[in-house]
Amino acid sequence: MSYLVGENMTGGYGAADILHGCNIIAEKGEIAVIVGPNGAGKSTAMKAIFGMLNIHTGSILLDGEDITTLSPQARVAKGMAFVPQTSNVFPTMSVEENLEMGAFLRRDDISKTMDEVFDLFPILKDKRSQNAGELSGGQRQQVAVGRALMTQPKVLMLDEPTAGVSPIVMDELFDNIIEVARTGITILMVEQNARQALNIADKGYVMVQGRNKFTDTGQVLLNNPEVRKSFLGG
Amino acid sequence: MEDLLNAFFLMSNFVFVPAIAYGSQLALGAVGVTLVYGILRFSNFAHGDIMAFGTMVVILFTWLFQSYGINLGPLPTAILALPFGIIATAIFLLGSDKFVYKFYREKKAVPVTYLIASVGIMFVLNGIVRFIIGPNDQRFADGERFIIKAKAMKQYLGTAEGVSIKVSQGLTVITAVIVVMALFWFLNKTRTGKSMRAFSDNEDLALLSGISPDKVVSVTWILVAILATIAGTLYGLDKSFKPFTYFMLLLPIFASAIVGGLGNPLGAIAGGFVIAFSEIMITYPYKKFVAYIVPGDWKPDGLVQLLATDYKFAVSFIILVLVLLFKPTGIFAGKSV
Repeated sequence: MSYLVGENMTGGYGAADILHGCNIIAEKGEIAVIVGPNGAGKSTAMKAIFGMLNIHTGSILLDGEDITTLSPQARVAKGMAFVPQTSNVFPTMSVEENLEMGAFLRRDDISKTMDEVFDLFPILKDKRSQNAGELSGGQRQQVAVGRALMTQPKVLMLDEPTAGVSPIVMDELFDNIIEVARTGITILMVEQNARQALNIADKGYVMVQGRNKFTDTGQVLLNNPEVRKSFLGG
Repeated sequence: MEDLLNAFFLMSNFVFVPAIAYGSQLALGAVGVTLVYGILRFSNFAHGDIMAFGTMVVILFTWLFQSYGINLGPLPTAILALPFGIIATAIFLLGSDKFVYKFYREKKAVPVTYLIASVGIMFVLNGIVRFIIGPNDQRFADGERFIIKAKAMKQYLGTAEGVSIKVSQGLTVITAVIVVMALFWFLNKTRTGKSMRAFSDNEDLALLSGISPDKVVSVTWILVAILATIAGTLYGLDKSFKPFTYFMLLLPIFASAIVGGLGNPLGAIAGGFVIAFSEIMITYPYKKFVAYIVPGDWKPDGLVQLLATDYKFAVSFIILVLVLLFKPTGIFAGKSV
């Protein structure tokens, strides 16, 4: 029984459908990566799984439960966490307040989770009282991911987490993602840096024009000549 | 030396003390406006009339208490009536949100639509207040009038000038300090307050974090009711209550909020004092003050007044225009208008 299933998803933002029978599946503790050219529907597929987009056909299942009709806030309560690509922190609030807001739905003691986030991102601990808007791009991404982790989610969805981030920080970010997955959290990631993303992926989904083109493990896709020609530059 | 002391007393009596009181009243009003702008993201043009409505309810209950012989000794009876005014205003605002603003929120209207809707609410409140209490001046202050009387001070110190501080002025400053401290504690230390700041900062992310938009909206309106009623009552105790005057206060209140930076409560407070001091200092006739400071034959003939007091509101307007032209985000860099 797969943990997170988005099956046969068809829908769009308005009249025109962007997704056509798209299937995304991730097992517990797996890292699933969605790659593809611009306009392929990668972010759209993830937003559909999170409920920010209405699909008229298909369903989303979390741990066997059908959550297709739930609002995004309700899905957060079910254990999903979403890190948007842009505007993903509260800029006038401190790092610590950002993390507190991430844990808003929780009524229990959050200090242990906050310590875990600070262990994962040590630099945030140094800057805990600084406003999130004053941090560099890479540190802001860490705050954004940390904020999402505060709900102790079962599924963490990241929309292009390495967009606009330097190569070294990108490596660090991917290392952190692997560490998070190791704690048993399922990761679903949309990425433009296809090569590096597929390198750490247990499952890779190549999407073209709203449809699944290739689905396999990350390593197999990296070695697939067609995939390499289309997106990885040979 | 004695002349300088007299000059200082003169300025304190006619400029500093009134400006601090007026500034506190504007500050409380401006914080209400800035909260609505920052959290609900529109300019609430009904704010002056909301103050009038709240003060009207306070006045009615004050008269009721006075008729029963209930009073607070040296302090104005209006303080006892404040909670009633706040509750009535809160009910009205929550109702106006449910029947007016919510409709536009569901349609995802642009901010200017809410602004026009607030103008509509302003007219409705205009009518309600005049209908219930009439358009004329109402005085409802009772209790002691002065903390310090200029005459008593002159006699005691033997100076030509003295400073008088009215109970209403002292009350204004103390109340404003308490209210502001309470508001900042609420916004910075409580879960609900932080969620409202988060909602103001990044609405989509706040929704994703599970913050309920309905609760944020309701709490915002309740805060506005508290701030507007207190500001209106303090202003009415200090000067007098006349519905038209409260409508006119909209200009200096908005000027204060914009000067301080829209969306920033600290800025609104600073803006309130900037506007109050500017209004009073620019329209004050400095003749007597100058006469105390300069040597004998330099005494001025004219009033040495930059602008007549009729033009007080022109001062706010000019400052508003200058700020919008040169630094639209205000002193504390709030959201741009």
